[in-house]
Amino acid sequence: MEIDSGNTAWILTSAALVLLMTPGLAFFYGGMSRAKSVLNMMMMSFVSMSIVSMVWVLWGYSVAFGEGGVPAFFGGLDALGLVGLEAEGEGYPSLAFVAFQATFAIITVALISGAVADRTKFMTWCVFVPLWLTLVYLPICHWVWHAEGWIFKLGAIDFAGGTVVHINAGCAALALALVLGRRKGWPKEPMRPHNLPFVLLGAGLLWFGWFGFNGGSALAANESAALAFVNTLVATGAAGFAWIMVEKLRDGAATTLGIASGIVAGLVAITPAAASMTPLGALVLGLVAGAVCAVAVGLKYRLGYDDSLDVVGVHLVGGIIGALAIGVFGSLAGTVPAASLLSDGSAVLLGKQAAAIGATMAYSFIVTFILGKVLDMTMGFRVDEEAEATGIDIAEHAESAYDLNTSSTGGLGGPTAAPIAGDIKKVEADA
Amino acid sequence: MKLITAIIKPFKLDDVKAALETFGVKGMTVSEASGFGRQKGHTEVYRGAEYKVDVVPKIRLEVLVEDEDLDEVVDVVVKAAQTGKIGDGKVWATSVETVVRVRTGETGADAL
Repeated sequence: MEIDSGNTAWILTSAALVLLMTPGLAFFYGGMSRAKSVLNMMMMSFVSMSIVSMVWVLWGYSVAFGEGGVPAFFGGLDALGLVGLEAEGEGYPSLAFVAFQATFAIITVALISGAVADRTKFMTWCVFVPLWLTLVYLPICHWVWHAEGWIFKLGAIDFAGGTVVHINAGCAALALALVLGRRKGWPKEPMRPHNLPFVLLGAGLLWFGWFGFNGGSALAANESAALAFVNTLVATGAAGFAWIMVEKLRDGAATTLGIASGIVAGLVAITPAAASMTPLGALVLGLVAGAVCAVAVGLKYRLGYDDSLDVVGVHLVGGIIGALAIGVFGSLAGTVPAASLLSDGSAVLLGKQAAAIGATMAYSFIVTFILGKVLDMTMGFRVDEEAEATGIDIAEHAESAYDLNTSSTGGLGGPTAAPIAGDIKKVEADA
Repeated sequence: MKLITAIIKPFKLDDVKAALETFGVKGMTVSEASGFGRQKGHTEVYRGAEYKVDVVPKIRLEVLVEDEDLDEVVDVVVKAAQTGKIGDGKVWATSVETVVRVRTGETGADAL
């Protein structure tokens, strides 16, 4: 198939949009964490951009999308290091698809970090990222999106990553939250967000980037991309609104954290369904996802797990709602038509959706839990109590986000300038 | 000499400062403080979880005055800081043994 310049341009643009979601996520999560751990929180996202981009080129793409291997479950090593990659994909260069898919892998790992805020050993996280990617993400990605993958063949619909990205990350987040345990003082001590404007900034960047995530998943500049685009607009708007209305009724005030969370819940829910809903269906899906997730984030207090920034309540629950909604009221008029209960009177698709959800959840949770336990027993996954109390930023990164010792200039008890010896000599020599 | 310490609502600082300057007070020290009295803080809700915030931000203002000015200055501060609502703050005074102006070494009333 000849390379189409319009399609290629859209895929490359979308890849850049999706990459921007990870810094967006860093702000979304960073704002929600406490002032003493915001850097560590943002660093977990940024380092996943570093590590996953290398892994993706080295073996990630090959295992996820390469031929050979065990076709139903994972790809072979034909495209290791992207050597021997066929130059052309379906109307676009293969490398455009490689880049686009890399950005999905990056954000999926980064999403997990929200569950383990304030307490994760940074170097263990750096080892977890490539291992988790290899053992969990690459196989699931292959199942769902490779033409030979078993979920793909089953006929379940996941347009842009409801199972691969969100249900997967949500389950992995739950597993890691259980491996690491609760933060000291949770849930009695207040651990409120330290910077809500950051959270809103992050939600805005996520929404912007998500047009590439969903729109780009059409892998062409066509009708399907436009439908996904409009659905990503309306479902998200509806979910943000539904979340704050639940808050207004339940808690008495509509909050900024609420609208930011609702926006993300809507984005998650429309992801698998972006090309299988009419815009009106997407609006309904958004309302449902926003309202249900607003309630679901309270689950952790009932069940007692410290999923610090609600990865489970937003990504797992939102992902499940979106994936099931395709089978309940997906539309035959979509560019990826859904023979749902409502459009076709058949529960077959709904059953397939449920099977895809169940398999992803079970595999992701079990493998992540075992991987987490192994890392915890070997390297240790959690910082010591003192580091957690003083703040992980100083303990793990030797930095603090804000100079809070503001006696207008240098600060009282703040850092004094101590350049390394060599630099001092150089300055003296220059003078 | 007396040291007057006033804990007031942050947004009342400008009024209190202006009133004290009008009275003729020469200097003051202002710092950010937090605490609670009968007001007992407030409740914040994040993703449905309630957090009790029991120390609220206040301004701590300190003024040194001569003994005979004490009552009047306290009065000036109270009037300027008052909104009539809960959380307006407190004003108290303590005796001061000695005051020295660092620049000149002057002591007592001359140092104010």
